[in-house]
Amino acid sequence: MKAKTFAIGGIHINKHKLSANTKITELALPDVVYIPVKQHIGAPAKIIVKIGDKVKVGTLLAEADGVFSANVFSSVSGEVAKIEEINNGQGYLETVITIKREGDVFEEGMDLTDNLITDILDDKEELLRIITRAGIVGMGGAGFPTPIKNNIPEGKKVDTLIVNGIECEPYLTTDGRLMIEKAEQIIIGTRILNKILGIQNAVIAIDENKPRAIARLHRIAKRYVGVNVQKCKSIYPQGGEKQLINAITGREVPSGKLPIDTNCAVQNVATVYAIYEAVQKHIPLFRRVVTLSGNISHPCNYLVRIGTPISFVLKESNIPLEKVGKIISGGPMMGRTISSLEAPITKTTSGITVFLEENSYKPETTSCLRCGKCVDACPMGLMPLNIRDAVEHNEFQNLKQLHVQDCILCGSCSYVCPAKIPLLDYCKIGKYELSKLQKKA
Amino acid sequence: MFKMSTSPHINSKQTTQTIMRDVIVALSPAIFAALCFFGINALIVLVTSVSSCVFFEYFLSRRLGLKNNTFDLSAIVTGVLLALNLPATMPIWMTILGAFMAIGVAKMAFGGIGKNIFNPALVGRVFLFISFPVQMTTWVKPHVLEFFNLDAATAATPLASLKHLTVAEQFNTDYLSLFLGNIGGSMGETSALALLIGFIWMLKRKIITWHIPVCYVGSFAVCIFISALLTGSARFDVLAHILSGGLLLGAIFMATDYTTSPMTKKGKIIFAVGCGVITYIIRVFGSYPEGVSFAILIMNAFVPLIDRYFIQYIYGTGRK
Repeated sequence: MKAKTFAIGGIHINKHKLSANTKITELALPDVVYIPVKQHIGAPAKIIVKIGDKVKVGTLLAEADGVFSANVFSSVSGEVAKIEEINNGQGYLETVITIKREGDVFEEGMDLTDNLITDILDDKEELLRIITRAGIVGMGGAGFPTPIKNNIPEGKKVDTLIVNGIECEPYLTTDGRLMIEKAEQIIIGTRILNKILGIQNAVIAIDENKPRAIARLHRIAKRYVGVNVQKCKSIYPQGGEKQLINAITGREVPSGKLPIDTNCAVQNVATVYAIYEAVQKHIPLFRRVVTLSGNISHPCNYLVRIGTPISFVLKESNIPLEKVGKIISGGPMMGRTISSLEAPITKTTSGITVFLEENSYKPETTSCLRCGKCVDACPMGLMPLNIRDAVEHNEFQNLKQLHVQDCILCGSCSYVCPAKIPLLDYCKIGKYELSKLQKKA
Repeated sequence: MFKMSTSPHINSKQTTQTIMRDVIVALSPAIFAALCFFGINALIVLVTSVSSCVFFEYFLSRRLGLKNNTFDLSAIVTGVLLALNLPATMPIWMTILGAFMAIGVAKMAFGGIGKNIFNPALVGRVFLFISFPVQMTTWVKPHVLEFFNLDAATAATPLASLKHLTVAEQFNTDYLSLFLGNIGGSMGETSALALLIGFIWMLKRKIITWHIPVCYVGSFAVCIFISALLTGSARFDVLAHILSGGLLLGAIFMATDYTTSPMTKKGKIIFAVGCGVITYIIRVFGSYPEGVSFAILIMNAFVPLIDRYFIQYIYGTGRK
């Protein structure tokens, strides 16, 4: 099999997949969980419990508020202690439902065994309803409500389903582990999506740095109709939605449009596994796999209950916090630093990257050499140094021509810059200023 | 309290300083060749040029209130390149003047590293070439490995011989000498072998891409080849033209200067072909035997224009 890749730009980075061979283990249960009502793009879910209510694992806590929203479930059994606003780790206040844990009692109807269930219900509408009810959102990081992606609007069609198993962020290994340990479940999950979309053409795209996952999925996929495995080159950002569509199908998402405009639907591997659990095992989304990695002695992959405070994850792994300089939610390329350790793991937390003090400083910025390395690196074909010039000189009207709104925030430009100019920051400012300008007009 | 910052949280190890260090490493075979062939004279020019470039960089950045970038090693690169573009017998004061033109006028007056329009080392060289034509075209015979041989017997450069060749004559320098560098010429331009080793090093370290050197030499070779076909004259000896004069030094080290070359691949190719064609025109039709410096400087002036009109294809905008 020849490895595919996208056409423009991209960078080679050291992937540091330290925990690639560490089995997923279940993390101990915390005494308190903080479950945010908004773990997705769209409207916050409406809270349907009150303080003092007894809940079990899998009890619905908050209901989707419209289509652009998602249900939120309890991840532990116990009592609703508080409904409060806490720092979400990035400095914003966020409404959370605080639950004091007592024991570990599950709602009825969930199948928690390892038995594989291969037969899929033959009812599109019902399948979509189950996924909607289970509160599934894109678990790769964006948190886009999954039912919307699979509910194809009038006049559009999907001919290819791409299951994203690239995981191009350094350090993170959740998708890689899931593909090795839950290979068949992922393939059945893919077939569920095939059925909903009414197609027989799914491609599971995997980075060539995960040969075990490729071999395993390839072997199992042969037994099923409509599921293929494709190896992709280990270039960042191969796992970007637009890049992956281009790598697999050769198509390009037109500027300002959605993947569906290329007749493609893209789903992350972890999302597909959650779909399998929801549909075949009646388990709503209340836990996920999280990689704990970085400059630590024992990088690992945990199955974590959603709402678990990050401080608890770090404490359970005996991380010496006094030497830690930076904690990142996600990977080091696109992840966000965390200021409050009480911030919880959410549906979209794929990993926690811990950096020691000495690795936590930004390098000093020097003069731009006009070397063009950022131009070569940009996977969208933009010219980050020109965007920087426009932003620095307040020439915001030029930003439209520079297509700053097409920037996918991958950070390749900042990474490669020999002068260590924070080019991505300028792109973010540019996006903001341009949208402000366009709103005014 | 932990550190908060925007993504990405990791950066490549390549900095301006490591790039310049790699360029100096890439230049070291050429420096070695210059010392082998031209002995202590070469060393004097080299030390003068480098030290005065570093001095002007440091002094002027302080005087002009610019950020002090002396330690990014770029002034050393300019100094080495200027020295390699001079004959080994260059008087010291002229070398210092050339260094001032390179760093002071071409670089610092424009605002320092990254802001200059013209390649500093080439500005220095061309200034000296026009001001002191006699000293700049007095080529000594190389003395292989006789370090203290100060005998300054002059030698004609192969390019000058080529230029004055009549149709009936044959070109009679052996290619091996041209390749190794045992010929008259500027200190650093004579040994094609040393320059090619530097080229491979820079490609391997991802300092430059192949586009400019290959397209420059390629387009120049095609022009010479067509002339040879049309005239049948021994003047148009493709291999001799490539191996002699400043073509390889210019194509590998001068035309690829980041600041004064285009950013996109398309732009780089157009820039390099322009350099190749202008070099051909000057070498064949002009009054000078050599045209590399002028060709690169002329194309330097077009870089802002090239950068403006030959931009990259942007994803999702529809390929035409």
